[in-house]
Amino acid sequence: MAIAFSVNGKPVSVEAEPDTPLLWALRDDLGMTGTKFGCGVAACGACSVHVDGNLTRSCSLPVGEVAGKSVTTIEGLKAADGTLHKVQQAWIDAQVPQCGYCQSGQIMAAVALIEQVGSPSDDQIDEAMTNICRCGTYPRIRKAILAATGAAAAAEGAA
Amino acid sequence: MADNPTPDLDYPETETPAAKPKKKGVKRRIFLAGSALVVGGGIFGVWWTDSSAKARANALIGGEGKQAFGSVMTIAEDDTVTVFSPHIDFGQGSHTALGQMLADELDADWDKVAIEQAPADMAFANAALAKGFLPTMTGEFAAGLIPDAVIGMMARSMPLMITGGSSAIRFTGEVAMRRTGAAVRAALIAEAADRLGVPESELTTADSVVTHAKSGKSLRYGELAAGAAERSLSSDPVLKTREQWKLIGKPIPRRDIPAKVDGSAVYGIDFTLPDMRVATIAMAPVRGGKLESLDEAPAMAVKGVEKVVKLPDAVIVVGKGYWQAKKGLDALAPKWSDGGNASVSTAAVYAAQAKLRQTAEKPDNKGGAGDVDAAFGASGAQLVEAEYKVPFLHHAMMEPFALTGHFKDGTLTLWGGLQDPLSTRTKAAKAAGLDVENVVFNPMIMGGGFGRRFPDLVEIIDQVAVLAKQVPYPVKLIWSREEEVRHGTYRPQSSAALKASLYSGQITAMRMDYVQSGNAEGEVPFIYDIPASSRRHYAYQSNQVDGPWRSVNATQIGFYTESFMDELAAAAGADPYQFRRNHLPEGGRHRAVLDEVARRSGWGTPLPEGVGRGIAIVESFDTIVAEVVEVALKDDGSPKVVRAFAVVDCGTAINPLNAEAQIAGGLIMGLSSAMGEQVTLDKGAVVESNFTDYPILKLADAPPVVDVHFIDSGAKTGGIGEPGLPPASPALANALAALTGKRIRTLPVLTQAKA
Repeated sequence: MAIAFSVNGKPVSVEAEPDTPLLWALRDDLGMTGTKFGCGVAACGACSVHVDGNLTRSCSLPVGEVAGKSVTTIEGLKAADGTLHKVQQAWIDAQVPQCGYCQSGQIMAAVALIEQVGSPSDDQIDEAMTNICRCGTYPRIRKAILAATGAAAAAEGAA
Repeated sequence: MADNPTPDLDYPETETPAAKPKKKGVKRRIFLAGSALVVGGGIFGVWWTDSSAKARANALIGGEGKQAFGSVMTIAEDDTVTVFSPHIDFGQGSHTALGQMLADELDADWDKVAIEQAPADMAFANAALAKGFLPTMTGEFAAGLIPDAVIGMMARSMPLMITGGSSAIRFTGEVAMRRTGAAVRAALIAEAADRLGVPESELTTADSVVTHAKSGKSLRYGELAAGAAERSLSSDPVLKTREQWKLIGKPIPRRDIPAKVDGSAVYGIDFTLPDMRVATIAMAPVRGGKLESLDEAPAMAVKGVEKVVKLPDAVIVVGKGYWQAKKGLDALAPKWSDGGNASVSTAAVYAAQAKLRQTAEKPDNKGGAGDVDAAFGASGAQLVEAEYKVPFLHHAMMEPFALTGHFKDGTLTLWGGLQDPLSTRTKAAKAAGLDVENVVFNPMIMGGGFGRRFPDLVEIIDQVAVLAKQVPYPVKLIWSREEEVRHGTYRPQSSAALKASLYSGQITAMRMDYVQSGNAEGEVPFIYDIPASSRRHYAYQSNQVDGPWRSVNATQIGFYTESFMDELAAAAGADPYQFRRNHLPEGGRHRAVLDEVARRSGWGTPLPEGVGRGIAIVESFDTIVAEVVEVALKDDGSPKVVRAFAVVDCGTAINPLNAEAQIAGGLIMGLSSAMGEQVTLDKGAVVESNFTDYPILKLADAPPVVDVHFIDSGAKTGGIGEPGLPPASPALANALAALTGKRIRTLPVLTQAKA
């Protein structure tokens, strides 16, 4: 059946069984591969997107439940003129990624956190950033989030 | 070496009898130890003298307006220098660092340097470089640029393009990249001298321009490239001194990062083709088991499922997309045999290892020096003994295995991320029954590797080779996380008994008897200066496939040695830092590294209530790393590292910005493994299945900051991707012992804390 929703501001329609996870609708049906498959059980966060502004692990959300909703993926963070989102820029400035595979999800989680609380504290970062990074980029993730929210001085010297 | 012998690859056995000590496993692990040091020590790149190889490289990487220099680099008319890395970058940043090394010697404009993955072709293999360089490198062999132990292993690795063992920079960078850059720079100068009619000595180079200061004339590299490419290149050019470096040793942003923050980087799992189908797989739950029977109908009834393919030990379902294939697979109820491994369990493996250690007539391998037994029996010796155990560890690369294959017109084309492009082709050709010339492999970005992507242990290559020949369309096979966890090539489950004698607070002898599949002798050096030391390896192979896991044997050997050093310090009534220091040579690099980590961490200064401090030092891959961690207990009693320090002597950190990240990441991966990771066995099958029961350390439990400091010793360049890991687990255990008084001798920590 056809399921209509919007992705990064554009209306889309996918021909899929409603139980298909949003992740696979994005990747296999819409060809948007910036959102990653990591575990399939919402444990790692590599598939994180925003659905109506809420941080969501798309591997465990049936696309049928997304009908009529608005999805934002890593590809949709840039401004229309191509300018990077401040969190993406902070990720480059802090040289966060190593293998990079989890970073789409990490960035989507960080953007959601900043949209929610403005300038997160260390404790709020601890609580919100639950995505897995096997390369161990966590210190630079923390540094980038603090830098993106103007708390760069607090992150001075962080690895 | 010029004969390029076929590598003696031992493929993992698929038919494994019931677990028992096996020489076979030992043989394979010798190869893997070789991977760490030698096969990993792939030096690749330039074939200076062979004209056919030169032509081949030109055909592969040259082109309109681009001149190829050996198989390492091209210069385009617009001055763009493209560096071809034969190594894969799975996140360790070696591509940027290799580019830095070449561009520095070349005096290239860094903004016009591009770095690309070299094609999977023999022109980029070890043999190519060896032919070009070895005859001129005898002096450097003698000087220890390449360890003696490496040389004997090199012949095996010649036809490979392996990345591993922190080798890219140590070998390819130092040997191929720097020399190529310097030789091409010399050729550009010679060409400019002829064109300008001036002596070479009056010419200078900078930012991809040759300048004649006296006349004010200059020529761009792009203008000179065609002529320079006709000149013969020196195989032993003059390299820059450290003082002359402009890029090496500088914190330069990595080139691959922008595409990794906007979703545009295409990993192997992201690759797609028109009409491509997606498949997923279930393998025999017990290693060594086979598919006995299968009713395909339930899968074929699922909408979007197109085909079910049976392999001897697996079943593959092909669908329109991953979800359809997975639903089809989930609908199946295959019957599997257990290959006679039903009695294998974690406890049984440990028990068998202990029995082997106690009853074997002699060890399979040994190392050390001095008379340990005499020291143990000496009058007045204080004897200390302890036993340690570590579990199988899963690599948990965040990108599950994915490989796309298309068989068309007699050629199998593959797309994906694997550690050695050349042996990927060889393995696929063998599985598909094709000549290697009829297999094309396109290497792609990898979402982590950590040792899991060595082709000889990667079953997905065989699976896709077989699958692609059975379907008329391109097909991408993706392993689920569950298959990934349960069919790993694990860091071996290992156990050890250590014994030492103390006399007046000094170690007089130490012995480690360790049981695991692979031999660590020749790989993990014993760093302490004591009168007698001994390590004895007893080879034990379970029904699992063991493989190299980031830093290979240094993880468990480091845990054993450095945990025991703390126990000895306690027995001697000494401070753990001072005790180690007393056993490290005065004026040596190890002592300098240890002293610096003690100084930076404020060793000996008072700690807040409820915080314990631990120290450890391990040398691996020619790099010495000492770490201090400070640990506290959370409300639930589980530990949390609150501060971490690492001091590193890797000779020179080629790119400190990236090297810092590698060390910090290695430390965190080491903490993660020590804290909660374990693959356990029950009835021959892996119990864990996903990140829900194989916990990876998360941000909240990682140290907020890792203080990483490099000692620029100028010693030969060591690895950086792996050596940050081994000291972390003993430093954690030592900190916990300091905090709680309880010594953790079995990893992971969390199972002990709960026990």
